[in-house]
Amino acid sequence: MTPLLQVREASKSFGGVTANHDISVTVGEGEIVGLIGPNGSGKTTLFNSIVGYHPVDAGSISFAGREITTLRVPRIARLGLLRTFQQTRIYPKMTCMENMAVSVPHRGVRLRRMLSRHPPEVAEKSEALLEFVGLYAKRLLRGGELSFGQQKLLEFAMALMNEPRMLMLDEPTAGINPTLINGLIDRLKRVNADLGITLFVIEHNMRVIMNLATRIYCLAHGELLAEGPPEDIQTDQRVVDAYLGAS
Amino acid sequence: MNRAGPMRNQGASRRFVLLCLAVGLLSVAAPFLFPAIVKQLSIFWVMVIVAYTWDTMGGQLGYNSFGNIVFFGAGIYVSAIIQIAPFTNMRDYTAAGEEGAALTLTMAQYLGGLAPGLVAAAAIGFVLAIAFGFVILGLRGHYFAIGTLALGIFVAQIFANWEYVGAGSGIIMPELPGRGRASDQEKSLLFYFLCLLLAGATIFFLRWLYTTRFGLAINAIRDDEDKAEAMGIATTLYKVAAWSVSGFFLGICGALYGNIVRFVDPEETAFDGPGLGVWMVLMAVLGGKGSLWGPLIGAVLFHATKELLWTYLLGFQNIALGLLVVIIVVFFPEGIMGWIRARWPALVGERVDASAQSQAAR
Repeated sequence: MTPLLQVREASKSFGGVTANHDISVTVGEGEIVGLIGPNGSGKTTLFNSIVGYHPVDAGSISFAGREITTLRVPRIARLGLLRTFQQTRIYPKMTCMENMAVSVPHRGVRLRRMLSRHPPEVAEKSEALLEFVGLYAKRLLRGGELSFGQQKLLEFAMALMNEPRMLMLDEPTAGINPTLINGLIDRLKRVNADLGITLFVIEHNMRVIMNLATRIYCLAHGELLAEGPPEDIQTDQRVVDAYLGAS
Repeated sequence: MNRAGPMRNQGASRRFVLLCLAVGLLSVAAPFLFPAIVKQLSIFWVMVIVAYTWDTMGGQLGYNSFGNIVFFGAGIYVSAIIQIAPFTNMRDYTAAGEEGAALTLTMAQYLGGLAPGLVAAAAIGFVLAIAFGFVILGLRGHYFAIGTLALGIFVAQIFANWEYVGAGSGIIMPELPGRGRASDQEKSLLFYFLCLLLAGATIFFLRWLYTTRFGLAINAIRDDEDKAEAMGIATTLYKVAAWSVSGFFLGICGALYGNIVRFVDPEETAFDGPGLGVWMVLMAVLGGKGSLWGPLIGAVLFHATKELLWTYLLGFQNIALGLLVVIIVVFFPEGIMGWIRARWPALVGERVDASAQSQAAR
């Protein structure tokens, strides 16, 4: 499997706090990889470093064979490496359809395209993707009028609208009710299998991540603790001590 | 937000055409119906333009600018220089002040100065917005507001100390040739219709702009800039472009205003931050930020109220105006358009019917 994302010995500290120390992660093209670890273990910091939200202090990051360590956020997103947010971010004053339309890929946008309207296919695709996440009936509502769980689904649909090569999801099932979670796992798998989108997922829900991921990285105190397939991670003594707890 | 375009239903677009016709007819007839207040009517359109161009930043992009007055003032001065300097020694002219300001131009000279003056005013507004934009649009929220406030003061001070353009004692704009009552009437009509034309152009340009991808992108930046960046939107480019649109129209608007009031004081006419610089914000907020008709409604209410207060409550006008602001903020926090939208959503073309037929979004 060819590596799509490669993080090599990345370190990041804020003042005296070391959030990430010497972390190396590889995600292959077409894989679903999980990232777990206790609160404050540096998962989101690693995500932020990868997408260019803040530069790493040391180490390097490459995506699709291209060095992206020092690129800014929108540039990296236009390369097809997209992230969703833990707190869920949508455009609250715009309707769901507008949220979708504005999420089209922004690669190579020139002035003439900026000043044109979206072709009808954009609306069709928006509707199809809203249908896919189960929000079709809400499409004319404003983003801010949706419940938290629905906003999470909208954010997921917006990410798909952007046609990424790789999607980094920060706790996609947090705040979503149990019946909907099953549907979401199923959809994530379909996105991976049918659309070929590589997934890198932070998740606290062990049932979800064990079900979804083929490989899991576990962080603790800003360091990489363990890496391996779900069944190994689940029984790894260090992971059990630091995160899962003895049952 | 209430936007034009395919999201509006049929009824709304028919209403829109009728509304435009009615407002258009009234606007053309107004100076003939009320010949005594043509100057106030011209300034009303100036108010409309500054409200709309402010709303592009504050309402659509979500950047509360207190510095838009800079482009307005720069437009006044650039146009003044181009209208005066080719015909007389600028230094002597400004040094002489009001007594010496006897610059008699022929009609050809006057119009030959005014036309390039307006073009240059547009250009300076546009260029300054781009230049300042790249520096200051990196600031967000309150920091941007404060930064733009400082920018306004900074530029005003430069002009207040620049001898060439009269420094603190200001500059007097040349007079349109012609004497007598009849020609006075023509002079005011010329600028009334120029202002009306510019206001119309501004409104229709912005109405179109807000229906494009550009419009959606600046709304996305307003709603969540971090998200917009994370989705690949080149936010800096869009922000600077939005400000340059404001600057373009504000530059011309300033040039027209300078010619209407004819005496340009750097701090009280051109860079009147505490006056016009705040009024443009008030009008947009009063009418409804981020809506297409909000700034127009705000300008009508504000300008009418202000003129009435200045006429009938002179001495207390600022107190009354302050009271008005408090009433607006308390009772219409979302502006008049927001208030209408909350009560009669269908009237502003808003559709929430979940079972509605599928319709095209932009």
